[in-house]
Amino acid sequence: MDFTIKTMADYAAEGKMPEVLFFVGCMGSFDDRAKKVTKSLCKILHKVGVEFAVLGQEESCNGDPAKRAGNEFIFQMMAHTNIEIMNGYGVKKIVTACPHCFNIIKNEYPGLGGNYEVLHHTQFLRKLMEEGRLKIEGGIFKGKKIIFHDPCYLGRGNGEYEAPRQLLQKLDAELVEMKRCKSNGLCCGAGGAQMFKEPEKGNKDINVERTEEALGESPNIIATGCPFCNTMMTDGVKHFNNTEVSVKDIAELLAEADDL
Amino acid sequence: MQYIDNIIFFIALVVGFGLFFKSLKEIYRNIQLGKESNRSDQKSKRWETMAKVALGQSKMGKRPIAGFFHVIVYVGFVIINIELLEIIVDGIFGTHRFLAIIFGDSLYGAFTATLEILAFLVIIAVVVFFIRRNFYGVKRLTMKELFGWPKHDANWILIIEFALMVAFLTMNSSDWVLQQRQVLAANGSFPVSSTLLGPIFQNFGDGALIFTERGAWWFHFIGILFFMNYLYYSKHLHIILAFPNTWYANLEPKGKFNNLDSVTAEIKLMMDPNADPYAATPDADPNAVPEKFGASDIFDLKQVQLLNAYSCTECGRCTAVCPANITGKKLSPRKIMMDTRDRIEEVGRNINKNGKFVDDGKKLLDDHIQREEVWACTTCNACVEACPILIDPLSIIIEMRRFLVMEQSAAPQELNQMMSNIENNAAPWQYNQADRLKWASE
Ligand code: SF4
Ligand code: SF4
Repeated sequence: MDFTIKTMADYAAEGKMPEVLFFVGCMGSFDDRAKKVTKSLCKILHKVGVEFAVLGQEESCNGDPAKRAGNEFIFQMMAHTNIEIMNGYGVKKIVTACPHCFNIIKNEYPGLGGNYEVLHHTQFLRKLMEEGRLKIEGGIFKGKKIIFHDPCYLGRGNGEYEAPRQLLQKLDAELVEMKRCKSNGLCCGAGGAQMFKEPEKGNKDINVERTEEALGESPNIIATGCPFCNTMMTDGVKHFNNTEVSVKDIAELLAEADDL
Repeated sequence: MQYIDNIIFFIALVVGFGLFFKSLKEIYRNIQLGKESNRSDQKSKRWETMAKVALGQSKMGKRPIAGFFHVIVYVGFVIINIELLEIIVDGIFGTHRFLAIIFGDSLYGAFTATLEILAFLVIIAVVVFFIRRNFYGVKRLTMKELFGWPKHDANWILIIEFALMVAFLTMNSSDWVLQQRQVLAANGSFPVSSTLLGPIFQNFGDGALIFTERGAWWFHFIGILFFMNYLYYSKHLHIILAFPNTWYANLEPKGKFNNLDSVTAEIKLMMDPNADPYAATPDADPNAVPEKFGASDIFDLKQVQLLNAYSCTECGRCTAVCPANITGKKLSPRKIMMDTRDRIEEVGRNINKNGKFVDDGKKLLDDHIQREEVWACTTCNACVEACPILIDPLSIIIEMRRFLVMEQSAAPQELNQMMSNIENNAAPWQYNQADRLKWASE
């Protein structure tokens, strides 16, 4: 990256407070595919001139996979660690590129003493767009067909269906919908800690079912807003030996549109 | 002996309603077996939700055809209950069409006409439902978990409703002919009976007609009492429980799961550097039973979850959208609800027999719900979204996971690995926390 990513500690050392904390999450920090999304988002924020920080080494898993698997102890250990650090810095506003981080910090941290304004990156980017800070020109997507797969924890979990779509609409591409979309969206199969284990016996994997549905609309791009969905849909596309269709996070598409 | 009818009527009425309230009391008692649910906040929002979802059937429109017919049956049911009032007064006091006097000619005409049309539409609706359920192959209505009683139950309801409506129209038809012949006073207007069944009854003698009218009237009345008491054994309990069930619905975002307070207390102690881990908390009760984490039986569930189970209509809309079920896994959110209700009823019978619950060596988990089902859930909330009466099957699944993980350490091996990674490295994989910012320099 051709600019430095600053941490909360860096800002604190300067005696300053960034506009927003970017909670990167485990996928965003370690998964090769998700790291690209992380970087794209950073590039956009940097370009727009949003002062943001990450927690870096001070960040811990938000606790979602443990909690959904039923382990409240490990979840609360992680939550307390994160809350203590974030409260220590006086964090007010958080943006995440993962609906699971977003959901848990927004909904489950307040009960444990962590009260912040939490935004999913699509919500934050939409806000920047509405404020005129983020300009989106979609020239390179003209004539392309984009289909959006709703992440459960953004959509049904928190009722946000529009932010991602409003951003995608700016790309000059044709936005198509699957039959199961918005509140009827079908899960990618990774939630509830399923990402970390083999699925139970059945006749199909969930991501295959979902990707099949997406490919049925013959898109050029499957857009996602969640690193878990991204992995599942990418695997799904591979399952069908499809090399034409790419799976991209909305942040990546916006960064590409801007040639970042 | 001229009051014998009225007396028999009165006894039937008291017995019918008495048994009905006894059932309701039993259901109430069984729901109390769960833990308290703290769901009495935001009262105005709760009334609104109930009005919209239960009264206004707002979620039925999602499947327009089934929704349309359901609304007919529902409206028919509500209005016909007003008619029950007339039956009761007539039955006790030996009057005939007592509402006619109260309503006056034109209003009573409109009232009876509305009932007639609705009864007719209900007949059409139940026939459609019967055909759809039995011959049309709607997947969610023909799944394995519906074999046996649930399937018979669904059909019985349709048959009973059909019979009640036919009895109602028969009663009106013979009444109408008798009114034509001025045997009875002309009251009400009968658009369906006068055209459909009425002409057939024209050939009957007065005596036969009176007999038919009375017979249908009694059949209708006894049928309603029977139906009321049948509810206890039926998925049709939802016609009553959908109301409290939607009132007590979860108003939080669906993605939000509750935090366990008992865990919070322990974590706080663990993470507080000044706390002495060996010191007993000053207000600790030495005889307190340590709180059980999660749920393995109905006693561990919240009351609202037990209410959910009693309210379930077994419609399967939840299962039809469940990604796990769609892809052939064993999990079916409807079955989770049906199993929970089966277990509550099992416990209820146990209490009826023994005066209090005597351990029967069974549990909801394992004896009814299999672990494989519990682990197949992606917590996607599709089932919760789909339920027309705001039932939350996911919350039960999560409580069972909590039990399996925190009480039994019985998570699938890969999940144990993931959890110990989080514990040791603050990430679900074996990466070093010190490397969390590596991406920035790549
Ligand atoms: S939350 Fe679980 S049970 Fe409900 S639809 Fe999703 S996977 Fe199925
Ligand atoms: S839980 Fe709701 S959607 Fe599922 S079967 Fe019962 S009533 Fe229908």
